[in-house]
Amino acid sequence: MSEEFKIEIVNPEKSFLTKDDVLEVIIPAFEGEMGILKDHISIISFLKPGILKILSKSGDESFYVEDGIVEFKNNNLSILTSTIYKVTDLDKSKQQDLLKLAEEESNKKDINDQSRYLIDQKIDVLKSLN
Amino acid sequence: MASLDDLKKRIASVKSTQKITKAMKMVAAAKLRRAQENAEKGRPYSEKMNNVILNLSNGISDKDNAPKLLSGTGKDNTHLCVVMTSDRGLCGGFNSNIIKKAKNYFAELEKDGKVLKIITVGSKGNDQLKRVYGDRIIANISFKESKNANYFDAEKVGKMVIEKFDSEEFDVCTIFYNQFKNVITQIPQAQQIIPLNTDNSKENESDDNYEFEPDEDEILSNLLPKNISTQIFKAMLENSASEQGSRMSAMDNATRNAGEMVDKLTIEYNRSRQAAITKELIEIISGAESL
Repeated sequence: MSEEFKIEIVNPEKSFLTKDDVLEVIIPAFEGEMGILKDHISIISFLKPGILKILSKSGDESFYVEDGIVEFKNNNLSILTSTIYKVTDLDKSKQQDLLKLAEEESNKKDINDQSRYLIDQKIDVLKSLN
Repeated sequence: MASLDDLKKRIASVKSTQKITKAMKMVAAAKLRRAQENAEKGRPYSEKMNNVILNLSNGISDKDNAPKLLSGTGKDNTHLCVVMTSDRGLCGGFNSNIIKKAKNYFAELEKDGKVLKIITVGSKGNDQLKRVYGDRIIANISFKESKNANYFDAEKVGKMVIEKFDSEEFDVCTIFYNQFKNVITQIPQAQQIIPLNTDNSKENESDDNYEFEPDEDEILSNLLPKNISTQIFKAMLENSASEQGSRMSAMDNATRNAGEMVDKLTIEYNRSRQAAITKELIEIISGAESL
């Protein structure tokens, strides 16, 4: 029996990526990283800023995501996200831009704890990419 | 009858108008293809989002404590209407169709004694509405600078709507836009986004038991604001495809009408030229006869 399942990543503008030979996906879920294998129970969760890793037969890929929703059902993993970049496409200057944006936001005073937590996460992840 | 010179001038001017409308048609056709592609590409996201929300709201056990964005405030006194139109004109009935639909809706609301608040997206809608409903327009947003509909803009509108909802400025929110069916047909739509309509959830009710992490309420309260932006973005995509389609068929008609007019004017021109020649001949002949 094969150990592969399907993944589909969509952002509002288009379908970002589809693959059907995925072995494992590691997602930065809100309450901690989560590895998803075939025949995982149906789950809905959402993402915090982090690195999304896809391990598949045709090679491994990593993506940087800022937010999104994950739905896994019948061996179909759908990820809806508004901000996603392939790590290899994310060059230094782009990284710096994102980091600057995040830092600006974290300097605002009127944000609640949850968004503060998310922004700090974002900054950590962006810094660790360097 | 107009003089030969006048006719010549008119023919020339109609011809140059025709050239302009023809060019606009071609530009609209090229843009339409892109807008249509974008609209199609954007569909999976909003569909998936809807599915997830339906699954979630089915899974929610305690309906009374559900987030307000889903269940509403329990009243429907104040209605917020987001009317989405284009920033440019010359696109046939595109804008007036939305406005007509919206105005009917407004009239009904006011008849029932509800308070009406309007946000216009796109300057054309604002122009047409401000004469009658000027005092009820609370904001006007225009994205003249951005070339294509993008999610960033939609999020701005979405955030504004949510902010106003959180400060309890309205109870029900409806968006108006044109749904793109094909080049000739665009259907003006009124879609209620707050509270969310979950009536059609019965047909594809799945008995799948999802595991939620964190729990349903928290996911929902994170997801619903995003869904608002997504719905607005979808409306923007549909709108931009509709605008180009509508402009294309309007300009196609204009080009054809200009062609007909040129034909008619040319016949008139030839006829009066012939009449002038005949007149001159008669004058010469009768002059010769009198000698």
